[in-house]
Amino acid sequence: MPTAEPVRRVAGCEALERLIPALEDRGYQVVGPVMREGAIVYDRLSKLDDLPAGWTDEQEPARYRLRRREDGALFGYRVGPECWKKFLHPPEVRLFQVHRANGNFRIIEEAAPAPRYAFLGVRACELAAIEAQDDVLAEGRFADPIYSNRRRQSFLIAVHCTESVPTCFCASMNTGPRARGGFDLALTEVFDRGHHLFVIEAGSSEGAEVLEGMDTRPAPPELCRQADEAVARAASQTRSVETEGLHELLTDRFDHPRWDDVAKRCLTCGNCTMVCPTCFCTTIEDTSDVTGAHAERWRKWDSCFTQALSYIHGGSVRPSVKSRYRQWMTHKLASWTDQFGGTGCVGCGRCITWCPAGIDITEEARAIRDGNRVAATPFTEDDDGNT
Amino acid sequence: METLERILAQHPFFEGLEPEYLKLLVGCASNVRFDADAYLFRQGEEANQFYLLRHGRVAIEMCEPQCRPVRVETLEKDDVLGWSWLVAPHFWRSDGRAVEMTRAIALDGKCLRTKCEQNHDLGYELLKRFMRILEQRLQSTRMQLLDVYATHR
Amino acid sequence: MPLIAEEIEGKAGVSDPMLPQACRVAEIVKETQDTFTLTLEPREGESLARFAPGQFSMLYVFGVGELPISISGDPERSGRLVYTVRSVGQATHALVSRGPGEWVGVRGPFGTAWPLDEARGKDVLIVAGGIGLAPLRPVIYHILRHRDDFVRLLVLYGARAPHDLLFRKELTSWSRTPDTQVLTTVDYGGVAWHGRVGVVTTLFRHLRLHPDQTVAMICGPEIMMRFVISELREIRGIDAGRIYLSMERNMKCGVGLCGHCQYGPYFICRDGPVFPYARLQHLLERHEL
Repeated sequence: MPTAEPVRRVAGCEALERLIPALEDRGYQVVGPVMREGAIVYDRLSKLDDLPAGWTDEQEPARYRLRRREDGALFGYRVGPECWKKFLHPPEVRLFQVHRANGNFRIIEEAAPAPRYAFLGVRACELAAIEAQDDVLAEGRFADPIYSNRRRQSFLIAVHCTESVPTCFCASMNTGPRARGGFDLALTEVFDRGHHLFVIEAGSSEGAEVLEGMDTRPAPPELCRQADEAVARAASQTRSVETEGLHELLTDRFDHPRWDDVAKRCLTCGNCTMVCPTCFCTTIEDTSDVTGAHAERWRKWDSCFTQALSYIHGGSVRPSVKSRYRQWMTHKLASWTDQFGGTGCVGCGRCITWCPAGIDITEEARAIRDGNRVAATPFTEDDDGNT
Repeated sequence: METLERILAQHPFFEGLEPEYLKLLVGCASNVRFDADAYLFRQGEEANQFYLLRHGRVAIEMCEPQCRPVRVETLEKDDVLGWSWLVAPHFWRSDGRAVEMTRAIALDGKCLRTKCEQNHDLGYELLKRFMRILEQRLQSTRMQLLDVYATHR
Repeated sequence: MPLIAEEIEGKAGVSDPMLPQACRVAEIVKETQDTFTLTLEPREGESLARFAPGQFSMLYVFGVGELPISISGDPERSGRLVYTVRSVGQATHALVSRGPGEWVGVRGPFGTAWPLDEARGKDVLIVAGGIGLAPLRPVIYHILRHRDDFVRLLVLYGARAPHDLLFRKELTSWSRTPDTQVLTTVDYGGVAWHGRVGVVTTLFRHLRLHPDQTVAMICGPEIMMRFVISELREIRGIDAGRIYLSMERNMKCGVGLCGHCQYGPYFICRDGPVFPYARLQHLLERHEL
């Protein structure tokens, strides 16, 4: 138990509605969940109405569907295919331009100031992922100024999950469902006798300032307990990863036959790396125009599932599917710890939902631990080619 | 002869060999000398000798179809050269050419072969030693085969 | 692990490690049919960061791309950076096609350095294969400048064929310095070649090594380094703790942010390229790591 409980307030939807312009007045672009093309993604919010109120998601391996809720909850869903790295570690960004004229070679740095984002609706797993990316991109010997500047200027409004889906395993990864810190404000959405309410706490001095400007009243203990119980219920999840000794297991079992098995199923499509909130690999593209006077360097998201990523003179170091899946999974669950401490996996379950072959990282980890050679997931073929 | 005995006795290749076998070897040994570019042996010739190099350098050469010789190995002081004498049908498998003036001790393989047939213990001692040489040469050749410095495209 | 590299502050006049510093090609020398040595100098009024032997730079060719190239020059000759580049693809070809006066962008130096501190008072055994002699040449320059800090200098160098041997004149002049042995070999040669033929491990039999007084630094194709390390440990009695090697992987950023150069738990650009062998012992035997 913490020695000092954060002061919790309660507010209704109207207060939350006014939060968005209040943040804009402070110079933030508010971004958060919106519904688009059958998924809940992250985009600009100008009003509370932009949120997917009354919608929820169903997630299973290789399956994602939205359906209507019975209530009008603003945050009654989990994480979708996008994550906040879309804003902090953008998919494509120009690093600089080069002009060449009269034998002169001039580098032109990017002058635009970093955008100031307020993220509304950051889940506990996503907070953990942002912290994991902080370790990589902002706290190494060389920090990435693009990430660092955006990160430093961001305002995070967390939402404690009150429900989980079968693909969630944040509880076993010790990252959720309750967000433990790293936010400016945190909300728990509750329905109390027909009233649509939000229990709010501040997590930083700026968060406290913003909270002070909101129309709130002290949260009654009974309401807080109701909110906490809802969050606790979200912690009972069907999937889990046993993390005890996992690092050694994955590092040692480099030649485990399970890798061959998962290689039969993996398409190396890279979806998992696109949706994973901690994946950070990028590539550099240098281009020039036809006159040869102007060149640009761009940085773009990349994936360790490509053969090109490990290419050195003559060939890829990881030509086989097996080696690339193994690289991704052992990095996420083992070598990440060696590199940055903690793990690269926050238990959000996105990779399970968005893998077209339904590969489940929790099952693969279990299989490597237990020594199971062959998977029992829906899409395995038996020796006769039957699914 | 006395010098030859000392040289053979001190050479690491013959370490641990029974004194009577060493004496036998000395009986089959003689000093030889090759000028630069001279052939010690040619591919296809009967292999009846092996050499302990004392000075200089010998290249193992093999001819490409257009007969431009390629040097696949060089040996020098203290190296043992020639194992074909011990392996039937006892023909040299490549050319051996002195790269520079070379002095060596030549050992009569034909004579030793007969002695090995009569005395299997002697045969085993020599085979053991030559196996080691062959192993090293095979490993090296395999590494050369890998062509590690080539650009792979 | 000595990290002289860490004492060297970043690139002069450039605050962001992703921004190249424009340098002019002062000289380009053809070493072999596909390998060239470029000497780069900074612009008027600018200076170049110092480097430690073993470090590399990211070299940028306008509009084409960028490559990690080990620095192959003398660390104590300031005002210039020297790189020996083998043309194997589009980007390296573009780099070696730069003529004197043309521009190349430089980022760095990055990476870890050869253990010169560890090697003080000992014999230094340098084993290089092919282009691998280039990242080791700065070590040789350093030793020759600080000769009394080291005991013997032993250089073993192997290349594919005689025409692929790098720095032949320097190899000869180095061999003539006191307490120095330089042995070269090729995988195959013609009749005009009077030198040694055989893999680089065959050179060890010509050395008398004092295993406890030797630090070995190895650079070349990974498979060659593995064979050399086997020879050093199993036959020559050199302890794993005295062996260092330089590794290579695909690099895009050079500063530990893009994820490309990962090798097990290591980022080659940040934790390498020079590693103590003991740290990589269990990784080198793994395929497709």
